[in-house]
Amino acid sequence: MSDDVVTAHQLVKTYPKGIRALDGLSVDVRQGEVFALLGPNGAGKSTTIKILTTLARPDSGTVTVAGHDALRRPERVRRLIGVVSQRSGADPVATGRENLVLQGRLYGLRGTDLRRRVGELLDRFDLGGAADRAVSTYSGGMRRRLDVALGLVNRPRVLFLDEPTTGLDPQARSAMWAEIARLSADEELAVLLTTHYLEEADRLAARLSIVDSGRVVVRGTPETLKAELRGDAVHIELRDHTAEPVARAAIARVPGLRDVTLDGRRLSARADDGAAAVPDALAGLDRAGLAVATVTVARPSLDDVYLRHTGRTFAQAEVGAGAEAEARA
Amino acid sequence: MSDTLFMTQRRLKALAKQPWFLFFALVQPIIWLFLFGNLFRRIVELPGFGGGSYLTYLVPGVVVMSAMSSNMWAGMGTLEEIERGTLNRFLVTPVRRGAIINANVIEQALTTTFQSVAIVLLGWAAGAHYPGAHYPGGIVGVLVLLVAAVLLGTVFSAMSNAVGMLVRQRETIIGLNTLLLLPLTFLSTAFMAKELMPGWMRALTGANPVDWALAAGRGALTDSPDWGRVCANGGALLLLAGLAVWLSTRTFRAYQRAV
Repeated sequence: MSDDVVTAHQLVKTYPKGIRALDGLSVDVRQGEVFALLGPNGAGKSTTIKILTTLARPDSGTVTVAGHDALRRPERVRRLIGVVSQRSGADPVATGRENLVLQGRLYGLRGTDLRRRVGELLDRFDLGGAADRAVSTYSGGMRRRLDVALGLVNRPRVLFLDEPTTGLDPQARSAMWAEIARLSADEELAVLLTTHYLEEADRLAARLSIVDSGRVVVRGTPETLKAELRGDAVHIELRDHTAEPVARAAIARVPGLRDVTLDGRRLSARADDGAAAVPDALAGLDRAGLAVATVTVARPSLDDVYLRHTGRTFAQAEVGAGAEAEARA
Repeated sequence: MSDTLFMTQRRLKALAKQPWFLFFALVQPIIWLFLFGNLFRRIVELPGFGGGSYLTYLVPGVVVMSAMSSNMWAGMGTLEEIERGTLNRFLVTPVRRGAIINANVIEQALTTTFQSVAIVLLGWAAGAHYPGAHYPGGIVGVLVLLVAAVLLGTVFSAMSNAVGMLVRQRETIIGLNTLLLLPLTFLSTAFMAKELMPGWMRALTGANPVDWALAAGRGALTDSPDWGRVCANGGALLLLAGLAVWLSTRTFRAYQRAV
């Protein structure tokens, strides 16, 4: 499509020791939208960002960013993008202003233009008061705002935000969300953000892809993805571990319940009217002699979307990725 | 060109904000100068040393040793910039790749010069005698010593950066430096005249770049320098420095591919 500012097709990347980070991942971002790559740690989000921002090269696949082939003409792409990576990257010894001035110079800004742009960004990100203090004295939230300001110095057409709120306290996180929402109001700027917070993708992204094991599992707007699930999520926490067939059989005949899965002691199902299905489900479990600890009925969330498409909960995937990373280290 | 300037400016500013760093860059050589200067004061009386003042002999030794020991740690800074994400932040901007390496080399060269000049002046204040310092030839000798120190520093900072980018482990750099510093110093004429070394040691000094820097620098400071020998040693040092920078540039490319 012509209004795509980022198109990556069938990216494959294998790291030494045979770790396949990307396994045919594709992504496209339209002009002016906020697009999210949502997935657990180790899903391949950061590798994707590195490839799209010319830092790394894929083993195969094609990448077009802002109209240029990122693999053949990375130097053209670099002028048109802004990048906020997971690690801050700001020079802690230098002041906020010095960081911005240097960044501007690297993009060829000089003199009054440079001064004006730096002043603008300092004001906009509420860093005016701290502009001439060393970055090492900044709070986590201030540092993150400076990072975003650094990414915007050159008025990019695409801003890449790699896990912009990881490690921030709740207050700084909601401030950052407000900032990203403000960015999305700019029709010229597309934002590609990665996150492992379901809530973050839900709140900020116009469209999103759920990424798992180096590929896109499902893609769409948060609303359509949730709507696909039709109805409420019913979660029943059993008191004891139970074999899946036994638990399933216990509630198999409850009218209106479908997509039953058991994850540990947690039994999940979907229902058009969750509240109505609960009494029958409890009765069924009671007859089978299975004790129930808690019952919740919830409107569908992205967590449910993730569960439906990958067969595991987001929390499980995170734990799994953590164990894998430890095993690798 | 302008990229190199901006990147160098950044590093020098950072340095200026850490005055303790400059302080330590000077304290250590001062300790060497006065410790060894007093400990070995009478060593010059040994036959084979040729007499004169040991302090005068020692100053180029401390200049060269300090150039090596301060540049060896360059990789730590590079490692920190990798870990902090600063290097990657630069790599996604249009900055010229060469400018990042150039800024490294220039910053190291300037700090080495600063350190070396300070040692020479301190030595002079303490009574070291630079042959012919009263006529222009003496300045040339000191300049040759400075250039030799900078070249040797470039060798070690480039290698240290390469190791930092390659292994990404502080421990490796620390281990390597501790392993190298004293043997390379004592397998050279930094503190002891060649004539007084055992034969096998004398043979090893020939392969030691630290000794090349001394042969060039100290050689140029004598009353009647053997310019052939000064140039041969300086040239070898220049070649090695070029090789080391080339190697660290290659490592940098490899780093970019492995990000």
